[in-house]
Amino acid sequence: MRSIFKLLGQRLALGLLSLFAVSVIIFLAVGMLPGDIAQAMLGQSATPETVAAYRAQLGLDLPPLSRFGHWIWQLLHGDLGVSLANQRPIAELVGSRLGNTFSLALLAALVSVPLALCLGMLAALYRNSWFDRLLNTSALSAVSFPEFFVAYILILVFAVKLNWFPSISNLAPDASLGTILERSVLPVATLSLVVIAQMMRMTRASLINLLASPYIEMARLKGISQSRIIFRHALPNALAPIVNVVALNLAYLVVGVVVVEVVFVYPGLGQLLVDSVAKRDIPVVQACSLIFAATYILLNTSADVLSIASNPRLMHPKG
Amino acid sequence: MSLLKHVWRAPLSAQFGLLMILLYVLVAVFAPVLAPFGETQVVGGGFEPWGGQFLLGTDNLGRDMFSRLVYGARNTLGIAFLTTVLAFLLGGSCGLIAAIKGGWVDQGLSRVVDILMAIPQLIFALLILSVVGTTATSLVLVIALLDATRVFRLSRAVAMNVVVQDFVEAARLRGEGLCWLVTREVLPNAAAPLIAEFGLRFCFVFLFISALSFLGLGIQPPTADWGSMVRDNAVLITFGDISPLLPALAVALITVSVNFVVDWMLHKSSGLKEC
Repeated sequence: MRSIFKLLGQRLALGLLSLFAVSVIIFLAVGMLPGDIAQAMLGQSATPETVAAYRAQLGLDLPPLSRFGHWIWQLLHGDLGVSLANQRPIAELVGSRLGNTFSLALLAALVSVPLALCLGMLAALYRNSWFDRLLNTSALSAVSFPEFFVAYILILVFAVKLNWFPSISNLAPDASLGTILERSVLPVATLSLVVIAQMMRMTRASLINLLASPYIEMARLKGISQSRIIFRHALPNALAPIVNVVALNLAYLVVGVVVVEVVFVYPGLGQLLVDSVAKRDIPVVQACSLIFAATYILLNTSADVLSIASNPRLMHPKG
Repeated sequence: MSLLKHVWRAPLSAQFGLLMILLYVLVAVFAPVLAPFGETQVVGGGFEPWGGQFLLGTDNLGRDMFSRLVYGARNTLGIAFLTTVLAFLLGGSCGLIAAIKGGWVDQGLSRVVDILMAIPQLIFALLILSVVGTTATSLVLVIALLDATRVFRLSRAVAMNVVVQDFVEAARLRGEGLCWLVTREVLPNAAAPLIAEFGLRFCFVFLFISALSFLGLGIQPPTADWGSMVRDNAVLITFGDISPLLPALAVALITVSVNFVVDWMLHKSSGLKEC
């Protein structure tokens, strides 16, 4: 048990370290800006004195190290700074959008994870059958489709031709749960389709690897029933790779959300990020990237931690 | 067995993929001959229907859709190819050098790559592009750098298996330089997985650039590019017109084709079974 805690500790430390490194990179990115924020905010007509005074007000005249410390300190207290474009506090802009984005990703995960795992297991069990081949080829195609292509096909079929769902998913702040769900159907479907394909392929690959191992062969030769082989012998060992696959794809989901939000005009964090990049509203870009990166690192780290924790070999080390 | 014979015995999906790739390359090379109109030439009213003078109608500014599709092959494929090559030159050489040199060179490069890979690619690209501005050059450089990290991982892993072999040791004892070790000893033995990776990377880069262009942050107008063509004409879809889907289909088709071919090559090199 000691070794497993050591491994888990290492992973967590690594996660924290990358989080720190990412925040340094995001902080430095602003430093690379030609000119500086004060100049950008005040415009071309500002006199050097006003710029200098404003720099002092923003704390830009301090050395980089203390500025970084100050920035992190404010971040930890929930103060994300002020948007350049409309002078509103970023926390206010991000607040409700963050919830929208996460609920979209969560819904997509709820749909895609069980479906992908079932399909992957079926494909692995009936490998090289026509079912497996069909699934594999369609998954390979779905992985290669750009997200906006999938999204527009769904819009064309379900919104324009069949008129079942709205093609635009803009949400009023006071929308009822029913409306929110109805408007989220197409974005969730788009995200799910892309993620299911990847998750299914990875599940299938890890299960096939496992089913080829000698102890499964042994169990089969002993005459154990198929279901017992799968649930007692294969699944405990397959759990680690499968958990890993799920977490990695959830991390992908959080990022893949960006394009889908833009297609469906969904009021989420991704759209705010894209808009801010176009406007070069650096503080907002900084805040959004930090949130996305932190979620991504969190999910990746939990993938590592869970796959270690669910590995039966590590739970019972020899000697 | 000659190359042709290999292709002849390939599964249908791989043959289809090879054919499509060939077609795309031909279209990209002969774009000016194939396109009836110029890339940015305004030839009629906006959103004219299919048929007649304009094979696939016109776009939002009245430019011929078919001509822009053809030129799009040249621009989008060209930029994606250039980016992938750059990523391989950077990531591949760093990976091979890290594997051969070992020690602190390897440690240093690997940690830098670890940190770069901890940030989601799209977010990192958006962050950098918002700072340096969205020009084609910065786009190529940023994506090449981001993809180089993945290439580095793979080429280092592959080369690690090669550098421990006796013939590399022999070359080292002979006093061969780094350049010889990379090009004559390690690279020929690491070529197969790297070529397959090149195909996969190309798909990723291609989809990535299309996605960025679709978001309006990639290849900038008036250059014809498939991602931004979808974005500019997307409004047509709500009227049931499928022409904005054509550039998206073009993107999907080439990525599927490359994936099919890579899948076949990986299958062949893993030596599982002949099919």
